[in-house]
Amino acid sequence: MSSAAPQLAQGAHADGSLAHHFESHAQQNQAATLGMWAFLVQEVMFFGGLFTVYLVYRTLHPGAFAEGSAHLPRDLGTLNTGVLIGSSLTMALAVRCGQLAQGKRAALLIVATMALAAVFLGVKAVEYGHKWEDGLVPGLRWNPAAGADAHLNLFYALYFVMTGCHALHMLIGLVLMVFVARKAWRGGYSGANYLGIECLGLYWHFVDLVWIFLFPLLYLLHGPGGHA
Amino acid sequence: MFENFSLWPESASSLSGSIDALYLFLIGVSVFFSLLIVAALGLFSVRYRRRPGHVATPVEGSLPLELLWTGVPLVIVLFVFAWGTKLFVRARTPPEEAMHFTVTGKQWMWKIQHPSGQSEINTLHLPVGQKIVLTMISEDVIHSFYVPAFRVKQDVLPGMYTSLWFEPTRTGTYHLFCAEYCGTKHSEMVGSVVVLDPAEYQAWLDGRPSEKDPLQAGALLFQNLRCDTCHFSGPATGPAGSPRGPDLAGRFGTDVTLSDGQTVRFDERYVRESILEPAKRLSAGFPALMPSYKGQVGEGDLLALIAYLKSLKAPRSRP
Amino acid sequence: MSAQATPKPPSYLGGEYGMRSWFLTLDHKRIGLLYLLGVTFFFLVGGIFAVLLRLELLTPAGDLFQSETYNKLFTLHGVFMVFFFLLPAIPAVLGNFLLPLMIGARDLAFPRINLLSWYIFMVGGLFTTYAMLAGGVDTGWTFYTPYSSTYANSHVIATALGIFISGFSSILTGVNFIATIHKLRAPGLTWFRLPLFVWAHYATSLIMVLGTPVVAITILLVAVERLLHVGIFDPAFGGDPVLFQHMFWFYSHPAVYIMILPAMGVISEVIACFSRKRVFGYSFVAFSSLAIAVLGFLVWGHHMFVSGQSLYAGVVFSLLSMLVAIPSAVKVFNWTATLYRGSIAFDAPMMYALGFIGLFTIGGLTGIFLATLAVDLHVHDTYFVIAHFHFVMVGGTVMAYLAGLHFWWPKMLGRLYPELLARVTAVIIFVGFNLTFLPQFVLGYLGMPRRYHVYPDEFQVLNVLSTAGASILGLGFALTAVYLTWSLRYGKKAVPNPFDAVGLEWTVASPPPAHNFEHVPSVHHEAYEREREEPARV
Repeated sequence: MSSAAPQLAQGAHADGSLAHHFESHAQQNQAATLGMWAFLVQEVMFFGGLFTVYLVYRTLHPGAFAEGSAHLPRDLGTLNTGVLIGSSLTMALAVRCGQLAQGKRAALLIVATMALAAVFLGVKAVEYGHKWEDGLVPGLRWNPAAGADAHLNLFYALYFVMTGCHALHMLIGLVLMVFVARKAWRGGYSGANYLGIECLGLYWHFVDLVWIFLFPLLYLLHGPGGHA
Repeated sequence: MFENFSLWPESASSLSGSIDALYLFLIGVSVFFSLLIVAALGLFSVRYRRRPGHVATPVEGSLPLELLWTGVPLVIVLFVFAWGTKLFVRARTPPEEAMHFTVTGKQWMWKIQHPSGQSEINTLHLPVGQKIVLTMISEDVIHSFYVPAFRVKQDVLPGMYTSLWFEPTRTGTYHLFCAEYCGTKHSEMVGSVVVLDPAEYQAWLDGRPSEKDPLQAGALLFQNLRCDTCHFSGPATGPAGSPRGPDLAGRFGTDVTLSDGQTVRFDERYVRESILEPAKRLSAGFPALMPSYKGQVGEGDLLALIAYLKSLKAPRSRP
Repeated sequence: MSAQATPKPPSYLGGEYGMRSWFLTLDHKRIGLLYLLGVTFFFLVGGIFAVLLRLELLTPAGDLFQSETYNKLFTLHGVFMVFFFLLPAIPAVLGNFLLPLMIGARDLAFPRINLLSWYIFMVGGLFTTYAMLAGGVDTGWTFYTPYSSTYANSHVIATALGIFISGFSSILTGVNFIATIHKLRAPGLTWFRLPLFVWAHYATSLIMVLGTPVVAITILLVAVERLLHVGIFDPAFGGDPVLFQHMFWFYSHPAVYIMILPAMGVISEVIACFSRKRVFGYSFVAFSSLAIAVLGFLVWGHHMFVSGQSLYAGVVFSLLSMLVAIPSAVKVFNWTATLYRGSIAFDAPMMYALGFIGLFTIGGLTGIFLATLAVDLHVHDTYFVIAHFHFVMVGGTVMAYLAGLHFWWPKMLGRLYPELLARVTAVIIFVGFNLTFLPQFVLGYLGMPRRYHVYPDEFQVLNVLSTAGASILGLGFALTAVYLTWSLRYGKKAVPNPFDAVGLEWTVASPPPAHNFEHVPSVHHEAYEREREEPARV
């Protein structure tokens, strides 16, 4: 067995899809997927830290957070949530096509995901634009008369940091998608090895999931009264 | 260089002896275990040193031993935990009857006000044998009020009161340090605590230029800021307070119901917040009329107002 | 046993030369050496700051530097030593080099990501170096708000960014190690046959992945607050400065275990080798690493007993901190018991390991002082704390790093260092270390606060002793650097297994071939198990 292994490794080397230090595609796939999950765990901790800060300040200043929440456009937020869930669907279908070795279809689905992501970021940009006009950008353009509560700027500071970190993750996802889609289109993946698509999918679903938490926390929770 | 050299700090508060005892116990435990380990290492190193004809004998683990050296340290640390916690609770529970001083920290000085109004900078004169409570706040960054001879310290935070109490038991002059790094001249934010006989302390007080005591200062502020137009605070004979704001007499230290149904303790922290951000936690049954006094009252004024509110007794005596 | 295969494959050092082959290498061993260069550079920088600090503290007055300069010196000493030396030293240098060799793999699971982590680490480090050259930073390595976010007039953002960047290097290393240990073990190498070094690195990786992102976001928030003047941690805007401390220590306390756990792994290997025994209570030592990693996440509040956090929080954190002492004690007792009925040799790595056990014992025991609420009331933020964590970080981590470096030096570079000189140096370092830091325990109980540029006269004697010790310690480190460098060229060539150790890394040539193993080894015995011991050669 130990003598067969290197040959196997060398044989698979020919198409370059199996790295020299792995014995089989199965081992390589498992390692990569595990690595991706471990990476996502750290992402959870990263956003978890942000959510903790958000929750602590929400408890300290419920008034400011209720007021800030009420300011945010629910319709745009809802639209974006729909768009992002749609992008998760196209991404899941892309992974499925990767599994079935349908490279071109996978590439097209990834492009569709990119289009939806672009819509999301476009809507987000419009929202940021409104905040800018209304003077609701702490530190850069702040209109002291914007709200009644003295700590409204704390809400908006966290709003921008949280949605900003999320948008940054989406941008990184977009860049990765360009590479993966190109490789998929050129037939760079096979049914045995579609790792790139798989890991991209995991990452994208995670980014989606973060928004699923951000949306209610920022847009929907208006505090004890529930007033709009 | 060798003047005042010593290996043990002076001990000058009712707490310092107890903390020293716990510290010595811990040193005893540490020395015992360190010597145990070092002795075992030394013994084995000699006895089983590599030499011709000597062969290592395989030894697997031993469950009884593992349990022993898990269990014994566990019992010891739990004992130490209990002892330390008991002392800590004592050190952190202010006495009912005490002299109340206020401390304001700022880069890089300590401002201290005595109960009778005298204030001083970077020096704290105290009568021996009296329980002292400090209410502290910072005007900028975090500081920490530390008197090694009393074995106590407490961080002094911006925006939030912290308190510290102790009872000096020996006259003398002791170091006062800032123990939390606070910027360029952190190491010069030092001073001294001078513990005097009660008579000497009184003489010292009398020798200071008389200032308004915080009670009077607070009462004056209460009028000048027009607090009294909404918050009744007269002598305990009048009718119920004005409907625009709650009657503050006797309110300090009680639980207050808020407009959202929650309750909050009417303490230093809540008074401070209500003056600076009145709309945040409104007392139930009153309109949100009060403006914020942020920028109009400094930390010293706030402390004076608190002292004044504390002194107001309830109109009718409570059980 | 030794690799006598012909023709011999070229070692990883040979084969390719040239800058490209090094700076674009995907070989974990070459990347380990790249880390060695980076880490050594940052240790030197941090060390120079330490020397300057000790010189200033020779006298009570501030006669060498301005206060501002002194504050920058201790900040940069802390930042460089913690983030750019202690955290990466053992995992990134020794771990990188040895993990695949120990588990019979040809590389780490993700070689490209491994190289990327090195670049990220260096960019982070050089960014911080830039911040230092541009004027430095004076917040202390703990960056407490609101001083760091509002009041400090130094290069906080640049330094924070450097640390933020290097954090990703740590995360990626952790992810890489986890995937490698799970998926790349040789046939037959079950979890309970793994060397304890691997267990320790597994526990470390968990902390890297779970903790680092939290400090990353915290530092990011401080930078945002400073940049945009929004009060996330500033009470003037409704922020809570104590929340920063919670967030910071949620990572930075477990980070202490990132520094000490790999060190414990090294010590297990060295003790087993030089006493020719299996490590006593193998599974207890293995699980104690995991216990430390898990408990380590629950004790952060013990840095904040006097910060204004509630009394109850203090009590809970004190109790949990007491519990961390148990797995650490279990390790010390098991190492000591490993010597029993062994065949003990006192080569340089073993000298360091024995020193480690003694110093770590003191470091750990003084940790109990600090976890005890009432004692911490007095010694918090004094030199007692400084002495305690230097016993753990220098007496523990640095001693273990030196033990490991000496133990695997012949394997890594194929050369032997002068043994006698190495042993003498180990003694010099041990003596210097104790003289430096033992007086600081006394200073702490006397009440000398940390981060003091000037101090009352009565503390001078102990400070002079400490500075004297630091000079001896510095001499020891310098000697080590000299003879290890010397050995690269003039040292005797090393055989594959110069110390008669057990473990897969010793079955390949010294230095190992580029792809580590010609044939994937299969493992049939427990860790550290020797085939029938014949009488020892001396």
